Amino acid sequence: MEREPTPLQRLVADFARSRLALAGLALLALILLAAVFAPLIAPQNPYDLAQLDVLDGRLPPGSKSGNGLTFWLGSDDQGRDILSGIFYGLRISLLVGVVSTLCALAIGLAAGLCAAYFGGRTDSVIMRLVDIQLSFPSILIALILLALLGQGVDKTIFALIMVQWAYYARTVRATALIERGKEYIEAAMCLALPPARIVLRHLLPNCLPPLIVVATVQVAAAIALEATLSYLGIGVPITEPSLGLLIKNGFDYMLAGQYWISFYPGVALLLTIVAINLVADRLRDVLNPRLQQ
Amino acid sequence: MAAFVIRRLLQSVLVLWLMSLLVFVGVYAIGNPVDILINPQADQADIARAIAALGLDQPLWQQYLTFLRQALLGDLGKSFAYNIPALQLILERMPATLELALAAAAVAVLLGIPLGLWAGLAPDSWAGKLIMSGSILGFSLPTFWVGLLLIMLFAVELGWLPSGGRGPTSLLLGIPVSFLSWEGIRHLILPATNLALFKLSLIIRLTQAGTREALLQDYVKFARAKGLSNARVVGVHVLKNILIPIVTVIGLEFGSVIAFAIVTESIFGWPGMGKLIIDSINVLDRPVIVAYLLIVVSLFILINLAVDIVYSLLDPRVRLGGATD
Repeated sequence: MEREPTPLQRLVADFARSRLALAGLALLALILLAAVFAPLIAPQNPYDLAQLDVLDGRLPPGSKSGNGLTFWLGSDDQGRDILSGIFYGLRISLLVGVVSTLCALAIGLAAGLCAAYFGGRTDSVIMRLVDIQLSFPSILIALILLALLGQGVDKTIFALIMVQWAYYARTVRATALIERGKEYIEAAMCLALPPARIVLRHLLPNCLPPLIVVATVQVAAAIALEATLSYLGIGVPITEPSLGLLIKNGFDYMLAGQYWISFYPGVALLLTIVAINLVADRLRDVLNPRLQQ
Repeated sequence: MAAFVIRRLLQSVLVLWLMSLLVFVGVYAIGNPVDILINPQADQADIARAIAALGLDQPLWQQYLTFLRQALLGDLGKSFAYNIPALQLILERMPATLELALAAAAVAVLLGIPLGLWAGLAPDSWAGKLIMSGSILGFSLPTFWVGLLLIMLFAVELGWLPSGGRGPTSLLLGIPVSFLSWEGIRHLILPATNLALFKLSLIIRLTQAGTREALLQDYVKFARAKGLSNARVVGVHVLKNILIPIVTVIGLEFGSVIAFAIVTESIFGWPGMGKLIIDSINVLDRPVIVAYLLIVVSLFILINLAVDIVYSLLDPRVRLGGATD
């Protein structure tokens, strides 16, 4: 007898039907592996000054360094291997993007659920705050916070959390309001379950699907915003360079025709964002019940 | 209506006051400007004189009260770095930013509506698909990275356009502008294209979706049944109906064009407000930071208020937060 597939198996099968999404997922997996195992696979530790030689500075892609290492993507002004710099930079970019998204998700989830479940004054205060914040562009809010706080990985993460939480709060509230009107919540209320249990065990799991989509898109947006802020010199510090900072460092040389210092970190940033967006796009279709037959 | 406007104005003043407090305390708590602005070789007496001249020896709350009183009189302090009033400095840079933002909006509209119409009329053609995939790229690529590519291609490799700066300006009603001379336009093309890219994608998608929807409506079928030419059906009947949401979005998004000008101006060395704020953050020129943030926040509050009011006038179905009952 054939068993009915579980919901998760069905989702995976649905997801795998799009070859583009699978390609995106494979690319994303490669990028994650490169970031996690950077110290093992990078040809050089770009932040160990003993391994650098200024004489190897700004060599074009494919050149050999003084000690026999090949710079496949060229080297920067300090004689750093660009490829190794990208692997290490990916760590910072992904760390900032993922951590800030998860924290903002938690805050937005709590705020949105409270607004939807309690309604009334709680709802109007939270949603007014969300409205005010969303009426300002994200880059402006991040800029204000970083102008106030100064540079730093932790400060950049904080600024990105503050930028993002309102999106989640609004999405969660909208979903939770619809779910709250359904009969299973009414039934749980009739059983006189405590509010915390109703919210966490009944309401929360049913609000997750749209949230997963928003969160995936937001990771890409957070990585892009972090790169922008670091490019402007107000994001992460020079001691912990993300992809955005690597791009900034090569900008002056680019005008002199030495494009590779900025170009390849930019390509890495681009591939990361596109891969995440491809996955998010497919997730949106798979998790949307209206599009299912 | 009056009650709504008054309530929104009060709310705006509150937001503005909170911002001033937040910005002031935050900015004045970072680092010590004495280290940055005063020559380290100066002797103690010189340093003390400079601190007193800049008002940095007062307690923080007193600095804030002084700042608030003067802000209400339109005096937002003197730039540490330029030694001229911060407000004047920002107002001097504002025309450059506005010109760039308007040029970007023009590029987005003039390219976006025709491309969106094309993609909407022929969604299955290769051109339609190309336009739509291009618009996805425009959404997901970071602005600064596209800007670098533009410089690399058109300024460094091809050498067709300058890589940065504003070039010569000519006066129009006393305001310096670039678009009156060919050299000025050459400097404007790359930054305006860069800044327009995101909005261009947005307008393409809006127009495409609107066109596809409008083509299925009865009034379009009726117009075709009447034997009107294709150009007239699309140019008059379809376009007129899809323009309302597009105009709204352009209005709503103009503020964010000004905000994103920060990035474009920094890449292309365009001497506007955005480049000024980044330079000021880097040298901790606090009066300029505070003044910029307050001016931009006020600008946004005004834009949001105006959009809300205009929208309610255009579309009577929109209820203004219960103020109409």
